[in-house]
Amino acid sequence: MFYREAGQFKTSYNKDQAVFPIIQDRWFIAAVIIGAYAVVPFAADEYWLQAVIIPFLILALAAIGLNLLTGYAGQVSLGTGAFMAVGAYACYKMTTNIPDLNVVVAFLISGVMAAAVGIVFGLPSLRIKGFYLAVATLAAQFFILWLFNKVGWFYNDNPSGTITAPPRELFGITITGPQATAEARYFVSLTFLVVGAIVAKNLVRGRIGRSWMAIRDMDIAAEIIGIRPLQTKLMAFAISSFYCGVAGALYIFVWLGSAETEAFDLLQVSFPILFMIIIGGLGSIMGSIMGAAFITLMPIFLTNFPPMIGIHLATDLQKHLEEIIFGGMIVAFLIVEPHGLARLWQIAKEKLRLWPFPY
Amino acid sequence: MEFLNAVFVAPFLDIADSPVFFAEVVIGGLMSGVMYSLVALGFVLIFKASGVFNYAQGAMVLFAALTLVGAMEKGAPLWLALLIALGVMVALAFAVERFMLRKLINQEGIILFMATIGLNFVLEGAGQIAFGSDVKRLDVGLPDNSFEVGGILFNTFDLSAAFIGAAMVTTLALFFQFTPMGRALRAVADDHQAALSVGIPLKTIWVVVWSVAGAVALVAGIMWGAKAGVQFSLVLIALKALPVLILGGFTSVPGAIVGGLIIGVGEKVAEVYWGPTFGGAIEGWFAYMLALAFLLFRPQGLFGEKIIERV
Repeated sequence: MFYREAGQFKTSYNKDQAVFPIIQDRWFIAAVIIGAYAVVPFAADEYWLQAVIIPFLILALAAIGLNLLTGYAGQVSLGTGAFMAVGAYACYKMTTNIPDLNVVVAFLISGVMAAAVGIVFGLPSLRIKGFYLAVATLAAQFFILWLFNKVGWFYNDNPSGTITAPPRELFGITITGPQATAEARYFVSLTFLVVGAIVAKNLVRGRIGRSWMAIRDMDIAAEIIGIRPLQTKLMAFAISSFYCGVAGALYIFVWLGSAETEAFDLLQVSFPILFMIIIGGLGSIMGSIMGAAFITLMPIFLTNFPPMIGIHLATDLQKHLEEIIFGGMIVAFLIVEPHGLARLWQIAKEKLRLWPFPY
Repeated sequence: MEFLNAVFVAPFLDIADSPVFFAEVVIGGLMSGVMYSLVALGFVLIFKASGVFNYAQGAMVLFAALTLVGAMEKGAPLWLALLIALGVMVALAFAVERFMLRKLINQEGIILFMATIGLNFVLEGAGQIAFGSDVKRLDVGLPDNSFEVGGILFNTFDLSAAFIGAAMVTTLALFFQFTPMGRALRAVADDHQAALSVGIPLKTIWVVVWSVAGAVALVAGIMWGAKAGVQFSLVLIALKALPVLILGGFTSVPGAIVGGLIIGVGEKVAEVYWGPTFGGAIEGWFAYMLALAFLLFRPQGLFGEKIIERV
């Protein structure tokens, strides 16, 4: 009833090509962003910000990065954790060796470093395709983490082998390290996610995104219509790794505070981010964010739900039950909607448009 | 200079110095390669017949081994426990076909892959709830002692593992080549639709393939379990089998065997001769790098079907 595009006339080409052509969508997105900035930090307490919302924002940024590569350019990657680790370690080296460097600039440069590494490990994609490539990207995952573990230079030879985020300020407010308040860190990660999502959305609408999709749908056909596979695939790897690198730097600097290479483990990081984009919807920026929300919230819900309704289980039984339910839900979800939350969202919008009529 | 020497010269001098030790390393590598092949074989079977990249193969190995150990702890003799475990794996195949594959027909490969990761979680959790998560010893009565031939140490356990692996591959190869069911399986692997249209029941084929893969997982579970104890980390041997798969080719049974042997030998030799130069613990990524290097020359793996692309 309220969600109608009838009567909204487009009078210019620009209006017709807008990111959100329907005014209700624009209002909705604006409301979400304003709500995220003005309401959430005051409504949520320290625990929620630290344990749920900040990791969700950071992982959503990484999920957008992986979705650009896997969902738009069609190159399946299992090395997300490694590219995030490159960002985190680059940022650590920069902030500790150049203390005067603005930390936001450091985040962005770490993204560039990750992009460079991404290009190197993207090179095989020119010859290797599909699941062969997916397994080949595991080489990046294991090799890079091993390297960061073995070579002392990366963690400044400190005896514990961990990297710790030094406190750094932005506009006079500490935003990294243990002294920073949860709110400050929330605003930093939120801003990175919002800017990242807007840039990504516009990227995939333009020439670059279209050439990615052409490569994804059929690379030989794309080559014949004049898209260069080398540049396009490497660009996808570079931009995707840039997002992952920035997310990795945030992961250590804004969320964890200090960590070892285990924080970027295959099962801890790379797989969950792949879940996020598949559950959220391949080839959808909005889907990456919704998928990230789903995958971060689901385990917390599963952990807290039984005690809420008065069932108390032994810890390890509960843990295994959670595993079973989580796995079962993934399968059930894929059966119901293989195209992910983004598709559900689209269907809901179609229904809303017609509501209250069935057709 | 010193580094270059350590990489390009010293290891070869070492090899030339004591060929007996080198032979021992190679044989050790071959033996662990057989173990990798056992796991990779399960992947290949399922991928060939249904195009599903089954990440849950590792969890199936754990689940089968846990069932076997669980039945033996309840007092069942070995043969009965084996039958029970086999029955459970067949039941699992039915369940997977009924509740998962049947509903995901015609979906993209990555969606099916994702579904098997979900299955992986379910199996891990279920196995540990039913049988506990402690490390269990599995004793199937294989002899485990060493003897020497020409100065080279052999281990009877490794030899019997190699023998069992060889026997299983031969059986599978015969099954695929000469039985009507095997022929139907190959037809399905070639083209789902064409197979359906000549009257091959797809659902039955899937159940059979998953059952066979379950049986392979059981054998792999027994061998790994007897070697390292039945424990949660068995799930992670799936990660060991992946480079074997891409090296040999996803669709090739001999590829899984040869790939496993190459990876096993390469890994052992690299760890012994080059490992110290790089600071050790290189077995985590070496197999992947080796497979990647092979793939750059043969993108479909050593024995995979040639990928022909048309517009």
